[in-house]
Amino acid sequence: MTVEAPTRTGITGGVGTSATRPDGIPKLTGNYAFGSDISAQGMLWGATLRSPHPHARIIRLDTAPALAMPGVAAVLTIDDVPGRKHYGLEHADQPVLSDGIVRYWGEPVAVVAADDLEDATRAVAAIVVEYEPLEPLVDSEVAVERGEVFRTINVRRGDRDATGPVVVEGFWETGMQDQAPLGPESGLAIPDGQGGIDLYVATQWTHTDLGQIVASLGVTEGQVRVHHAGIGGAFGAREDVSIQIHSCLLALATGRPVKMVYDRKESFVGHVHRHPSRLWYRHEATEDGDLVKVTVRMVLDGGAYASSSPAVIANASYFAVGPYRCDNVFVEAHITRTNNPPCGAMRGFGAVQACFGYESQMDLLAGRLGMDPLELRLRNALAPGDVMSTTGQVIQGSLPTARVIEELRAMPLPDAVPATHPLHLPGGTGLTTDPRHVRRGVGYAVSMKNLAFSEGFDDYAEVRVTITPAGVEVHTAAAEVGQGLVTVCQQIARSVLGIQQVAVVLDDTSMIGSAGSTSASRQTQMTGGGVEAVATELRRMILDEHDGDDLDDTGVWRGGELIVPLERLAAVGPATHHLRFRHPPTDIPDENGQGDLHVDFAVAAHRAVVEVDPELGLLRVVAVDTVQDVGTVLNPAALLGQVEGGIMQGVGLAVMEEIVLDDGVIKNASFTDYLLPTFADAPSVTARFVEEPSHFGPFGAKGAGEPPTISSTAAIAAAIRDATGLPITRVPVRPDDIALAAASRSG
Amino acid sequence: MRITLTVNGEDHTVDVRGAESLLHMLREDLALPGSKNACEHGECGSCSVVLDGELVCACLVMAADAAGSTVRTVEGYADGDTLHPVQQALLDAGGVQCGFCTPGFVVAAAELFDENPAPTADELREALAGNVCRCTGYGAILRGLESLAAGTAGSVS
Repeated sequence: MTVEAPTRTGITGGVGTSATRPDGIPKLTGNYAFGSDISAQGMLWGATLRSPHPHARIIRLDTAPALAMPGVAAVLTIDDVPGRKHYGLEHADQPVLSDGIVRYWGEPVAVVAADDLEDATRAVAAIVVEYEPLEPLVDSEVAVERGEVFRTINVRRGDRDATGPVVVEGFWETGMQDQAPLGPESGLAIPDGQGGIDLYVATQWTHTDLGQIVASLGVTEGQVRVHHAGIGGAFGAREDVSIQIHSCLLALATGRPVKMVYDRKESFVGHVHRHPSRLWYRHEATEDGDLVKVTVRMVLDGGAYASSSPAVIANASYFAVGPYRCDNVFVEAHITRTNNPPCGAMRGFGAVQACFGYESQMDLLAGRLGMDPLELRLRNALAPGDVMSTTGQVIQGSLPTARVIEELRAMPLPDAVPATHPLHLPGGTGLTTDPRHVRRGVGYAVSMKNLAFSEGFDDYAEVRVTITPAGVEVHTAAAEVGQGLVTVCQQIARSVLGIQQVAVVLDDTSMIGSAGSTSASRQTQMTGGGVEAVATELRRMILDEHDGDDLDDTGVWRGGELIVPLERLAAVGPATHHLRFRHPPTDIPDENGQGDLHVDFAVAAHRAVVEVDPELGLLRVVAVDTVQDVGTVLNPAALLGQVEGGIMQGVGLAVMEEIVLDDGVIKNASFTDYLLPTFADAPSVTARFVEEPSHFGPFGAKGAGEPPTISSTAAIAAAIRDATGLPITRVPVRPDDIALAAASRSG
Repeated sequence: MRITLTVNGEDHTVDVRGAESLLHMLREDLALPGSKNACEHGECGSCSVVLDGELVCACLVMAADAAGSTVRTVEGYADGDTLHPVQQALLDAGGVQCGFCTPGFVVAAAELFDENPAPTADELREALAGNVCRCTGYGAILRGLESLAAGTAGSVS
């Protein structure tokens, strides 16, 4: 018998490659189980009664007719909430079910569980509610006057009396955008028969759901296990609780599994939105274009409940000036409580609104100075060692602001080619545009965003790495929302350990500690950073213990000889290691908004090319090109996917996406009326990446999910100004903003 | 009412309720949840299936109207472990992120390639303009399908 000597294996799909995603095939074949796809034996369906008023007092609530219907197992109101009656991400101010006053259109009043969805829906309709409508507060400025604010931030830095000879002032507005993840809010709560629950849910952060669920159920943390169900996109919409507490309450009340899935209309009131904003800006500069003072007043509307509004207004305030130096900065920022739909996290998180303000101002200022807009930005570009204009923080690590601008400027513009297909015309295949009327415009914008959590938050991600006979398991509670974290974790583990076979296991909350939220562009740096740290330490432990010099899929090697096969290593160890990975700490701001509030930053620059038919007000975004600061490229294809997808959401905010409200009521809660960019709207995107390593991310990587969404909107608005000569003070830009304004100018 | 139909080559007899959609029947009665329920207004294409040779949104078809029909869903494209060329092209190009729109894109693109094996970029854009993707910005989907059209996609010869 001949025994073949083992040979060393190499790895493919390590850091720096476009490794394919491990969940790609099940997603392509229809076999990936999203939250709305899962079921259990004997399962009931849950449904929610929601308020038809934005503000009202409930004077009568009678559930008996619903309870008497066939197939109905439970009807619950706030009286049936055994624990804490309110919940919330930062403040527990939102009633689990209405507390007698409804404060926004669509607020949950009661929940039902029934044998099927039809029965549940009929039962919801049978609940008798009498409302006494109250005057809704829907104007954020009135809310400020009345002191209805979740948080006010005053940034005061430098000399309030400083002046510059060149002054530009502007008032800018952004609309309420919806994250519109395609997967609806969904989950399945299964009682364990001992007073506890296993909840399978599409969420961005299982551990923060857990805390809110157990508080309202009045049970201990050990009695509830939150598991990841497949997540159909998130973009901030899944940070807040939706079906989590309701489905668990119904499961405990009935003793049966309860599934809840929102339809699209319900989804529009079932999650928070991007805050609409009003922004007053005054920039003062020298004749040479150096910023002397920036004064800002901003009001973002948080709607009925706090959600993450206090953190959103922090971001809007601290990034109010953008990636530019300025010694005198005064920001007064309010985030209001009204009877509009609650707003909270969405990709870009406050930085998007601010960017539309400061970049519009920079273009105004360049125009006033007669200076090239990019020269003005380069002249003031923030760099490592500089002081951040708002918070006074000295920038550590990399911040290649000037480089992203210069590299973008060097990229060739797309050729002006005659339209060969109606898709290339504004208005598309409607064939309404006369090509002779089309005008092209080019605009630029630059942005800066914090990465991971700020303002002193104890931000960590727990990771466990285990050697098994088959390879490596990476355990985490992090949410894979589609961005490809599972791929990046595999790549990092492969590159550090030298072992090809890596499985990423998404543990429930009882199996591992929190990974933090999949938000704030943080998971590659935090959970990815955790994988790098744990795997590095585990490899050291293994090589030390066995006096080895290398590790691969076959086992531990010494001097070219396999000394411990992997199967034996898995048995004798060291085979597992875990830790809580933390980024360097940040400060809590002082009363002037000063301090080292952020751990890391990324900058991005965007150039948009648009073609506009000014008569019809129609436009087409031809191209959005970008240079983005990413630290290190871990997976080129996945990174490009983040950038292209993020830009598309910026296109949406720029030219079509807005939740339309009438006295607090959403008028377009469907994909028929809330328009999302389609293939026909997609601009060409050319992206380049600047690699200047982060001071703490794995292999030097920075988070990359949010920057594409931040300045793309402002760049498109600038391009529309360039094409039309119109001031364009509000996004999304609607056809009548162009056609009527152009007509009144020429008329 | 009781109907019979053929789904992915298998015959089924189903009791359907009056207002039930084909999408609901596939997902809840036939345990084929690959077709997705993203808007249920025929706007996003996530529930795309082929009904008697026509690409349709299953959410807009009454289940009862599918009586006697032949339906192909996303579950009917791979041959065992071998992906359909469209699936392979999307995988190789990074055209899958959250994956909720993916079944609809697979079905719609496979039908397009059946009719037109070498679509241009404009033809791809136009044919797939009824499928909304919120994650990718469509870039990687276009690159994957352009490679397929050019005969240069990953494992597709």
